[in-house]
Amino acid sequence: MAVYLLWFFIFPGLLFMAVAGAFLSWFDRKITARVQFRKGPPLLQPFYDFFKLLLVKETIMPKSGSGFVFLLAPLLAVFGATMAGLFILLPLFNIETGFRGDIIVIFYLLTLPSFSYIIGSLASGNPLAAVGASREMKLIISYELTFLLIMAAVIMKSGQKFDLDSIIAAQQSGTPFIGSISGVLLFIAGVFCIQAKLALVPFDMPEAEAELASGIYIEYSGPPYAMIKLAKYIMLFILPAFLVALLMNGMNPGINIVWLILKILGVVLLLTLIRNTNPRVKIKQAARFFLVWMNLLVVIAIVLIALGL
Amino acid sequence: MGFKDYCLRKSLWVFHFGGASCNNCDIEILDCLTPRYDLERFGILLVGSIRHADVLLVNGSINRRDKDRLLELYHQAPKPLLVVAIGACGCTGGIFAEGITFAGPVDKIIPVDAYIPGCPPKPEAIIAGIVKLAGKK
Repeated sequence: MAVYLLWFFIFPGLLFMAVAGAFLSWFDRKITARVQFRKGPPLLQPFYDFFKLLLVKETIMPKSGSGFVFLLAPLLAVFGATMAGLFILLPLFNIETGFRGDIIVIFYLLTLPSFSYIIGSLASGNPLAAVGASREMKLIISYELTFLLIMAAVIMKSGQKFDLDSIIAAQQSGTPFIGSISGVLLFIAGVFCIQAKLALVPFDMPEAEAELASGIYIEYSGPPYAMIKLAKYIMLFILPAFLVALLMNGMNPGINIVWLILKILGVVLLLTLIRNTNPRVKIKQAARFFLVWMNLLVVIAIVLIALGL
Repeated sequence: MGFKDYCLRKSLWVFHFGGASCNNCDIEILDCLTPRYDLERFGILLVGSIRHADVLLVNGSINRRDKDRLLELYHQAPKPLLVVAIGACGCTGGIFAEGITFAGPVDKIIPVDAYIPGCPPKPEAIIAGIVKLAGKK
């Protein structure tokens, strides 16, 4: 029991993920600044932002709408992100856990933050938040099928292994999945899915700053917004980690933790570069991008896997 | 200066309210976020929603219609909130001070923490003002 609590709150859990995610968030902002020939924020900037929102600012409740759901949603987002992160990180750090089919549980837990943002923004009763929530819903409908297909392809490639532990083990005893043509196709589709899941720039219509004034987060202030920031930090860490676990070999024991860190940083760097070199697309374009092109890519990858490539 | 204060000063998120402005100050404010001046190295971000703001930048002359909006924004913002009046119009009214629709400089409507005069103030002046604001006790 105590070790589970330790896992949840300290080591691969909330604290570790929050610190790692905050660092990655700084990395993202710093790379963005360097791409634009700026200097960028200091290393501890995400911590200043988080503690300012948590400790200093007051919480303003919306006049209309449901206050309880409005306040519950950010906590639900943090909980979903942390649980998903636990299921991903424990196998990634070679701690023998998980069960047959836990990859499906990870899939559902990873959608929990997005769903709680929708619930929270609709509970605030703000029309701009409602527009943002409807966009987020359409975005989820667009990318979830692709994400599920990617996971199906990975399961197929690993020889019908339904838990993350055996998928990583299958890669470590053989070759990493990204070392084949189908693996590269899956990686491309996976990076775009993560981009949409994190609502980064080509797919940031739900929080579109220019037209919706932060959209789904518009009514959040103070500690609830700090919780949303925390959930976003955690998601920025665990989604690249999930991709590394699915396609890029996870972590071999020993000194290879450096490789793991480099792989995760590489994926985040890719996400940041995509975000800095693309304009925001319309929701219709995003839906077509995922439902037609990305699905096509993953289906081609599945056919290639069936052929043994 | 305690830990809370320090965090607030290191991460000032700015909401920009333009009154009946001639747009010169707006352009100079946007200049501060460009690569040459880069206010993000002090942790300053431009946010879209007043609920996330720590600093309310007000520029332009405030006429009677703007006054209601400004008051509403001020009451919607989570406290503590710092208010900065930018430009001659924001600080004193400038050439509009005796106009028929003029509703008073910003500090007659809401309490102001820092004034940055100029028509328009240079980005260096705005940065100097922000730095003084961040160091103010």
